[in-house]
Amino acid sequence: MKSIDIVSKLPYSAPFLFVDEITSISENAIEGNYFFDKSHDFYRGHFKENPVTPGVILAECMAQIGVVSLGIYLVSKEEAASGTPRIAMTSSNVDFIKPVYPGEKVFVKSEKKYFRFNKLKCMVIMTDTQDNILCRGEISGMILKSKS
Amino acid sequence: MTNRDIISKIKTIVTPYTQRKEGLSEFDESTNFLNDLEINSANLVDVVLDVEDEFDIEIDNESMEGMMTVGDARDIIIKKLND
Repeated sequence: MKSIDIVSKLPYSAPFLFVDEITSISENAIEGNYFFDKSHDFYRGHFKENPVTPGVILAECMAQIGVVSLGIYLVSKEEAASGTPRIAMTSSNVDFIKPVYPGEKVFVKSEKKYFRFNKLKCMVIMTDTQDNILCRGEISGMILKSKS
Repeated sequence: MTNRDIISKIKTIVTPYTQRKEGLSEFDESTNFLNDLEINSANLVDVVLDVEDEFDIEIDNESMEGMMTVGDARDIIIKKLND
């Protein structure tokens, strides 16, 4: 499965797709990026007249690239799955180090800790264009093959 | 390793994942991970991985699916230890 196929297989769409590109993928790791356009609606309220990307959205971006995209790849390697796998985030423990402002591009790198019994647990790091760490943490999800 | 040793080790492993703490005071082989301890399926995976490390065994998908109670887990552990 190629990187572009993974983005098309993601079960999200605007305004809740936070993956632009998957730039590298293997059994054990994935890298991708996303550009936070200033037109996102949540900037109007977070915060009033002081737009900053909400941490929950950063964690979502980390999960979509670092766990879901990697999980879809891993499931596709196990068997030629026809549909989109069913997914659910089960835990996240993320430290937020630097704020992300509207108009920033972020880079997400994730390393698999394990993928057993349908649970994928990853160590995920988000950096900016200068390679500063923006946030990092452990995120887990259940990735189930689609029912045929 | 005796039956009691195994059940005691399982109890130590599940304690940090247990949401319903009362389930620990009446812990025995009939204790159900989901209903009595309220361990969700995602955390049950961590329990199984900890069991693998503790007993130095490997648990397959099929065994995992049949692991509803402490007694089920003990039976699987004994079987794998004797394999």
